[in-house]
Amino acid sequence: MTVRKNQATLTADEKRRFVAAVLELKRTGRYDDFVRTHNAFIMADTDSGERTGHRSPSFLPWHRRFLLDFEQALQSVDSSVALPYWDWSADRTVRASLWAPDFLGGTGRAGDGRVMDGPFAASTGDWPVDVRVDGRTFLRRSLGTGVRELPTPAEVESVLSIATYDTAPYNSASDGFRNHLEGWRGVNLHNRVHVWVGGQMATGVSPNDPVFWLHHAYVDKLWSQWQRRHPGAAYVPAGGTPDVVDLNDTMKPWNTVRPADLLDHTGFYTFDA
Amino acid sequence: MPGITRRRALSAAAAVATTASAVALAAPAATAVGRHAPAAAGSFDEVYRGRRIQGGPASGGGHHHRHGGDYAVFVDGVPLHVMRNADGSWISVVSHYAPVATPRAAARAAVEELQGAPLLPFDAN
Repeated sequence: MTVRKNQATLTADEKRRFVAAVLELKRTGRYDDFVRTHNAFIMADTDSGERTGHRSPSFLPWHRRFLLDFEQALQSVDSSVALPYWDWSADRTVRASLWAPDFLGGTGRAGDGRVMDGPFAASTGDWPVDVRVDGRTFLRRSLGTGVRELPTPAEVESVLSIATYDTAPYNSASDGFRNHLEGWRGVNLHNRVHVWVGGQMATGVSPNDPVFWLHHAYVDKLWSQWQRRHPGAAYVPAGGTPDVVDLNDTMKPWNTVRPADLLDHTGFYTFDA
Repeated sequence: MPGITRRRALSAAAAVATTASAVALAAPAATAVGRHAPAAAGSFDEVYRGRRIQGGPASGGGHHHRHGGDYAVFVDGVPLHVMRNADGSWISVVSHYAPVATPRAAARAAVEELQGAPLLPFDAN
C-alpha cells in the first residue's frame, strides 16, 4: 500500500528515488502529457460553462485522480516511490529542505527567474520545458515574490472548519470548503501557493514544476482532514446540475470515474499521519 | 476553417495584429450587447514596458478563444488566453491563480511575467 509522506521527513534515498523516477517520466515524454492535460482543463474550465478540473466541486476529486495517475506512472518506473506532500503552512520559507539541491532546487535567479540548482535546473539538460505558453524553455521560480506569505496554520484551520463542501453556483464565486481551499474566495490557500512559487507554477502549465505534485498532494490531504472533521458532510451537488460534475457523474478526461469513486482515498493510499 | 490550419490562422491573426490597426477587435459598446462581453471591459491599445498590448470585445467569431471569451487580448500581436471570473475579475494563462480587476491589468501582468519573452499562441502545444 502506498504511503504518502511529508516531504520534510523523506530520507536521502527516498528523495533520490523520487527525483530519478520524475526524470525518467520526463525523458520518455510521459511527463509532458500530464502538463498538457492540466493546461487543457485550466483553459477550458469556466465559471459560466462546463467546469471540471478547477473552479468547481470536482476540483478535489479531479486532482485526486490526476495525482493517482501520476503516482502510478512513477511507480511503473520505481515501485517504491510515493508522492510526498508539502505542508506549506509549516515549511514556509525558502530555506526549507524542499528547496535544497538534493531535492527540488531553489528559487530562480534575479532577472530571468531561472532555477540554477537542483535536478530540474535547465543546465542539467534533463528538464526542458516543452509544454509552455511563452518562449522560455527553462524552469523558473520566484519564491515569495508574487505574494509574500504562504498560508498560516491558523488560515488552514479556518478553512477546515467550514462545514459545507460546496455551494451554488458551484464556481469561483461559491462559499463553502472547496472554494475556500481552492482559494478564489477568502483567505486563499491553494491559489496563493501557486502564486508564491511563481515561474511556471503561476501559469496554466504549472505541472512543469515538480512541486506541483507536492502542493496538490497536500491540498488532497487537507480534503481528507476535512472529511474526518465533518463526517456528516458530503460531496455536492448530488445530481442534475448543468456544467458541473455531480456526485455520480463521470469525469473527463477519464470518463470512467466519478467523484463518488474517489471520496475515500484509503483504497489507493494512506498518509503518514 | 477549411483550407487553413488553426496554427496558420493564428499566425495570420498575429501578423494582422502587429502590422495594422485592424486587429480583430470591434468597438466595445456596439458589439458588447448580447455577446456576454462584460460591459465594464472596453477596448485598450497601449505600449506597456516596451510591448504593445491590445484588448477588446472580439468580432471574429471567437476562433481565438478557448471558451467564454468574447474578449480578446494580444501581446505584440500574439493572442493571450484570458478568462473572466464570476466576480468580474480576470486571469490569463500566464497568471492563472491571481485575479486582477480588468483585462488590461491581466495584459500588463502578462508583460511583467514574460520579462521580455515572446508569448506563444495558446494552441502551440
